[in-house]
Amino acid sequence: MRFLVRRLGFLLVALWAALTVNFFIPRLMPGNPAESMMATFRGRINPSALNALEAAFGINKHQSLISAYFQYVNNTLHGNLGISISYFPIPVSTMIMKALPWSLGLVGVSTVLGFILGTSLGAIAAWRRGGSLDSVLPPTFIVISAFPYFWVGLLSIWLFALTLKWFPILGGYNETATPMWNWAFIGDVLQHAVLPAFTILITSIGGWILTMRNNMITVVAEDYVKMARAKGLKPRRILWQYAGRNAMLPNLTGFAMSLGFVISGAILVEYVFNYPGLGFMLLQAVQNEDYPLMQALFLLITVAVLLAIFVSDIVTAVLDPRTRIRS
Amino acid sequence: MSAIRPLGRVVRGALTFLRRDKKAAAGSIILFILLVITAFPSWFAPDDPAAEIYKPGVGLSLSHLLGTTSFGQDVFSQLIVGTRQSVLIALIVGFFCTVLSVGIGITAAYSGGLVDDTLSLFTDVVLVIPTFPLIIVITAYLKNASFWLIVFVLVVTGWSYGARQLRVQALSLRNRDYLLAAKARGESRWYVIAVELIPPMTSLIVANFLGAALYAVLAASALQFVGLGNINTESWGTMLYWAQNNEALATGLPLWALAPGIAIAVLGSALALLNYAFDEVSNPALRPVSAKALKKVGA
Amino acid sequence: MSEPILQVRDLKVDYMTASGPAQAVNGVSLDLAQGEFLAIVGESGCGKSTLLFAIAQLLTYPASIVGGSVIFKGVDLTSLTPEELRRHRWRDISVVMQSAMNALNPTLTIGAQLADACRAHTDWSDKKITQRSAEVLAMVSIDVVHLKSYPFQLSGGMRQRAMIAMALLLEPKLVIMDEPTSALDVVAQRSLMRQVETLRHELGFSVLFVTHDMSVVSHFSDRLAVMYAGEVVELDTTREVFDRPQHPYSQGLMDAFPSLLGEPRALTGIAGTPPTLVNPPAGCLFAPRCSFAMDVCRTTKPELITKGTRAVRCHLVNPLKSA
Repeated sequence: MRFLVRRLGFLLVALWAALTVNFFIPRLMPGNPAESMMATFRGRINPSALNALEAAFGINKHQSLISAYFQYVNNTLHGNLGISISYFPIPVSTMIMKALPWSLGLVGVSTVLGFILGTSLGAIAAWRRGGSLDSVLPPTFIVISAFPYFWVGLLSIWLFALTLKWFPILGGYNETATPMWNWAFIGDVLQHAVLPAFTILITSIGGWILTMRNNMITVVAEDYVKMARAKGLKPRRILWQYAGRNAMLPNLTGFAMSLGFVISGAILVEYVFNYPGLGFMLLQAVQNEDYPLMQALFLLITVAVLLAIFVSDIVTAVLDPRTRIRS
Repeated sequence: MSAIRPLGRVVRGALTFLRRDKKAAAGSIILFILLVITAFPSWFAPDDPAAEIYKPGVGLSLSHLLGTTSFGQDVFSQLIVGTRQSVLIALIVGFFCTVLSVGIGITAAYSGGLVDDTLSLFTDVVLVIPTFPLIIVITAYLKNASFWLIVFVLVVTGWSYGARQLRVQALSLRNRDYLLAAKARGESRWYVIAVELIPPMTSLIVANFLGAALYAVLAASALQFVGLGNINTESWGTMLYWAQNNEALATGLPLWALAPGIAIAVLGSALALLNYAFDEVSNPALRPVSAKALKKVGA
Repeated sequence: MSEPILQVRDLKVDYMTASGPAQAVNGVSLDLAQGEFLAIVGESGCGKSTLLFAIAQLLTYPASIVGGSVIFKGVDLTSLTPEELRRHRWRDISVVMQSAMNALNPTLTIGAQLADACRAHTDWSDKKITQRSAEVLAMVSIDVVHLKSYPFQLSGGMRQRAMIAMALLLEPKLVIMDEPTSALDVVAQRSLMRQVETLRHELGFSVLFVTHDMSVVSHFSDRLAVMYAGEVVELDTTREVFDRPQHPYSQGLMDAFPSLLGEPRALTGIAGTPPTLVNPPAGCLFAPRCSFAMDVCRTTKPELITKGTRAVRCHLVNPLKSA
């Protein structure tokens, strides 16, 4: 398990780096936005709330930079992320908790689905080398993976929502409906999720397909695959247990690295569809100059990505005994 | 000078490569056309893109190949003039990212030890932090970021993937005998790096450049699309910004919204195709296998 | 005499290259009797491994069989469908590869890989599978606890023995071995060969063994075939080939291996390089390197002529009767 402990340590370092960057950015920017933001607050809230905000955001004229930094880290770890400017006086933490489930649902599901589908398709394409799948998939998806996410979103809106009228155009659910746990609402949510999910899926799947295909081609030439054939194992078993299992390992590391890319795409997709997730909230916060909310969202997105990476590390450890057991 | 013969060989090699690989050929042709448009936009654009002189909301027609915007501007002219921004950002960011990746990746691999550990940790941390939200936060504070500021932000966030890849390859080459032989001959460290280590990595470095350029195009246009770039410049991303804000899709002006996206997709595809072609150069096993050849061998 | 279990007739294998097909195996014919150990010897690139994998029907693109037949117990393997062929595998013919590190799936335990083969061809219960797996491991002196080990946890010698154990799981009639000792040190080599020998006597399977190092098989093989540039150039009992090589190439090979006993003498090699296999030259393929080459050697390819137990492909040994 030393592998996982080491990875956890690394991810904590990354988290600390993100926190630090988050703290210093507003201070390094021209015009010191942190200060000007405090100025907008000053007239509006009572002094104790103002103090809390200063503490949460780490701004205090009477504090040295170092102690402000530690206070900031302390506050963040306790979940005290400040008060939102655009949704004043609601605390930031409340706002982001509202958006979190929507993003988890949409982005989480599409990403995992994309990975599983893409990896499987890539494996099959490489297995049938020279087949129709292998000649069609690579060039098609090289091109598709170069499409900007938001444009594919716009395209699907135009095609499926406006022209064909199969799906709703915007939002996470029908605005006139009240969110409730019944089938009608869930059905509504699912209907609204189809196009955004489809957009994320189709733009991210190309990467998985291509990398898996390339890995498989190398693995299929290995001796243990030849050995599996010599043993007379059923082709399907060789494909998945011998070739696929080994080819997928570098793909999992790749999953971790490209997660950042997928997240950026997801943010844009939420924006285009006005889907009420973290990404949409982030861009709205930018437009409203709501800095506390903006920074908290950046932090939360980072945490989500780091967590996802850790999960993929766990999966790698399960699949590859060499990482688990190092004599 | 004697530099001409190897140069000739490189050019001939490049031409054979293009002829053999359809992907590389397609990508190169597209890039070439876009470069020409970047250099001489006035040859292709009939109008001043900012001029609001036409009837707004005209669809596809002979005088306006892509219609007009809701402000009465010619979409086609905007598209042509906007090419420059995207192509330049791709090339410039790609270049600087590659310089950083090569510098950091190779230094880490060559130095080994503590230097390597530190640089690798730094690279991995930058790699793992999601860059787009970070870029959004930074440019939000910068308010109407200029072209060069966007270049800076993209370079600072985009070099880590390449650095990692190059470090891995440099490591595998580093212990090869011919490098040890060069060291034994007493060659200086810089000579070994520049003359012996870098040339075999050329195709990977080029692939990295293309990848960084692609990332720059998509990230820059995404920023402009959400209004974080300078919305008064002419670029594909800002076209999309204005189109989106004026409900182009819903008001029957789909070309205004779709055309710039197609342009981005075209530039992106060209870069992606070339990138993939260079990947195949470094790993010949990935090259396409025709079904005919397989049948002949009875597979 | 009983029917040979393996009959290879005029087998031809081509490799697709950028400049056209290369004739890696050019019309090889062999017979293998039940329980016999036949060694195939030759330099790198002579086609011996290709021949082996062609016989085992394990070639992949860009190599493929373009002619001839491989008849195993009366069935022509080249004419079977993939599914029919799959059912013959491991039960009748098993394979031991050169590098056990590369030939074993790194992400599955030894036990799982043994069980794989059992499940693919039998309907044994899990208990029987474990029992049989333990049996074969014991045959090669590997502790049964290693059923739960992963390949990287075993030493090189152990891995190679595990491969042999795996090859004997279903009691095949023929075990094909592709340079299984190349990755081992001399001591481990001998130990492995002895183990193979003991098992062969106990279980009675035939062995087709390919190596570039003749000393490894000199005490174990019944017959020895010498290959050059895709063809068999000499074939006889091992002792005969060692003591009285007739083909100039075999003579060169024997001379290249100094004896531990006897007078010290100068080391000799065989000058030159093997011919290109894409559009090979006319005449004998060894002629360019042969110190006995005559004019006819360069124009007419010699046939493999059998006299008694000895087969030789050489104009010097079997001169052409002039018209």
